[in-house]
Amino acid sequence: MFRKIAISAVSALTLAAGAATAETAEIHIHDVAFGFEGPFGKFDQNQLQRGLQVYTEVCSACHGMKYVPIRSLSEAGGPGLTDQQVRDYAEAFTVLDEASNHQLFDQDKGEYRPLKPSDNFPVNNTIGAPDLSLMAKARAGFHGPYGSGLNQLFKGMGGPEYIAAILNGYTETPACAPADFPNYYNSAFAPGGYPDECKIFEETVTEVTNPDGTVTTRTDKVEVGRMAPGSWIQMPPPLMDDQVTFADGSPATVEAMSHDAAAFLMWAAEPKLMARKQMGFVAVLMLTILSVLLYLTNKQLWSRVKVKKTHA
Amino acid sequence: MAGIPHDHYEPSTRAEQWLDDRLPIVGLAHATMTIPTPKNLNWMWIWGIILAFTLALQIVTGIILAMHYTPHVAMAFESVEHIMRDVNGGWAMRYLHANGASLFFLAVYLHIFRGLYYGSYKSPREVTWIIGMLIYLAMMATAFMGYVLPWGQMSFWGATVITGLFGAIPGIGESLQTWLLGGPAVDNATLNRFFSLHYLLPFVIAALVITHIWAFHTTGNGNPTGVEVRRTSKADAEKDTLPFWPYFVIKDFFALAVILVVFFAVVGFMPNYLGHPDNYTPANPLVTPSHIVPEWYFLPFYAILRAFTADVLIVQITDFLTFGIVDAKFFGVLAMFGSIAVMALAPWLDTSRVRSGRYRPMFKWWFAVLCVDFVVLTWVGSMPTTGIYPTISLYAAYYWFGYFLIVLPVLGLIEKPLPEPATIEEDFKSHYATPAE
Repeated sequence: MFRKIAISAVSALTLAAGAATAETAEIHIHDVAFGFEGPFGKFDQNQLQRGLQVYTEVCSACHGMKYVPIRSLSEAGGPGLTDQQVRDYAEAFTVLDEASNHQLFDQDKGEYRPLKPSDNFPVNNTIGAPDLSLMAKARAGFHGPYGSGLNQLFKGMGGPEYIAAILNGYTETPACAPADFPNYYNSAFAPGGYPDECKIFEETVTEVTNPDGTVTTRTDKVEVGRMAPGSWIQMPPPLMDDQVTFADGSPATVEAMSHDAAAFLMWAAEPKLMARKQMGFVAVLMLTILSVLLYLTNKQLWSRVKVKKTHA
Repeated sequence: MAGIPHDHYEPSTRAEQWLDDRLPIVGLAHATMTIPTPKNLNWMWIWGIILAFTLALQIVTGIILAMHYTPHVAMAFESVEHIMRDVNGGWAMRYLHANGASLFFLAVYLHIFRGLYYGSYKSPREVTWIIGMLIYLAMMATAFMGYVLPWGQMSFWGATVITGLFGAIPGIGESLQTWLLGGPAVDNATLNRFFSLHYLLPFVIAALVITHIWAFHTTGNGNPTGVEVRRTSKADAEKDTLPFWPYFVIKDFFALAVILVVFFAVVGFMPNYLGHPDNYTPANPLVTPSHIVPEWYFLPFYAILRAFTADVLIVQITDFLTFGIVDAKFFGVLAMFGSIAVMALAPWLDTSRVRSGRYRPMFKWWFAVLCVDFVVLTWVGSMPTTGIYPTISLYAAYYWFGYFLIVLPVLGLIEKPLPEPATIEEDFKSHYATPAE
């Protein structure tokens, strides 16, 4: 892979100015066959519970989820915790960023009170990690086919896949990068920092006539490609194998945990997903029946004034 | 109504007579529902009912959303999430409303292009056409302001870019922009007034729609032949027409039901398809999204706005001739509004005496290219302004103006139209057999 990119980089450098389009190492978001995708998709309750555990034990150390009420953990179409489990969960939840959660400060006691199911998940702004409530809808991994985005119908728009790709994207740092380049290399993360050493430049040499009549040359460097996909992300690799112990005995590989976390965040972003799909199904079914009835009515009605001309 | 001879409402009881003497509302409803309608209307004449339904849908869902929404920069985004998570059926209301806007524009574009092909804008229906254009402008304003309300990243930056267009007007631009925004930048005052106007304008649209219907009920419907209904006698008129109820009401309801199947499939299975992921990130004035794109229904005109850059010759000439008053930015703004203005002027730009494109052999092709042009503009409006895309948008924009300003006036003079049927009845009989009577 790297060899191929290096070769294309060399060829790019030798191309004539203006015509060069180097092969940029592009990010590819792998499709994950989540059970909640497609018109009949449903959340897997066990997966949501595992994802909740990953969020609680790992993600929540840095990320908040401020739009999601804790009580919704027991609502229909979600992880399906019992009311008692939700109360226990809320009470045990540690508020890490106290400054951003002043609503949890108990004036009388002068200390932070334990969470209740009616509270939202706390805000966590401690190190600028983005809130995860809507992350699965705020990122799109898929745009196809042909940029039409139509595969949303069966695969979703790829938000959960994007999350899974980031969590699995901590691959070996490209050799071109200087050892002291800040942050962590992630092959699925686009907007981060990127060392010049790994960029493919094209040099254009232009002759410039100076005001005093002398002719000098000016060299412009234009970025035309990158040797490795992704960029450098601030988040250190959050997951390692067997970091959490699932109650249902599921394997806790990085990949499995990333899928569970992604599924959970899809639920957090769209808690009414199953109700919505059900409404869609019922509406489409009823309206199809209505269409057929109206078609027949219309045909009957117009048969008084017109019939298809038979071509003899 | 419509000057077409037909039966009128006669009060049959004393109570009806009593009401009719004081307020002829039953008569008005009767006249509206039984209006003689050309019996040869095809399936392109259904979009009116789709539009009326969508306007009602948007008003109803919008009123419910407004009960739970908070137009404040610190709370707007959160209140939308509150609607999505806590309000019973709130998610359904919001997704119906957001996708309803797309259905509204899809239907209005098909409705407008129907009018352009069949010459619906021609005398005596110019006023209907102009009111239609006003409705379309009001729809664009409403949709634009509605998209700002969730106060996501695209809301905020879309508002910044679009209100910036007014800043391009020479002299008064900057003051005008500040006046529109209620301050130097998009902020709480902007959000508040957009909410206020977003609630107000649909009712203006509803009033315009009533006027639109009133206007074409006065002239009578157009039809695919462009030949007018015979008004010589009631018997003649009845050979050309059928009453609106039940024939066209049932036909339109059938079309509506089919379209709603698709609409509900989108709302139920892919409600965010037409939205932008960035709008699920709260507005942040300090972070500009890498790619600011308007909603799909604005893209054709957004493409025209961006087409006229400073390196285009006509822009440079204009700049020179106006002593720099009309620079590239202002030229783009004028082109965008101009592209709608030329469409509104179609009744006077089209010199052909034949109404329907069906009998205009050359026009058909130019019109087909206009349809392709519109699709190309929509597509190119979503593309970045690098590479080949600016050139494509420029030529597509040229064709748009060329169609209205050159093709329509010239074609009418040089084209030899095909013979039109003498009556609607004749056309109808050439397509359908009459059932044995």
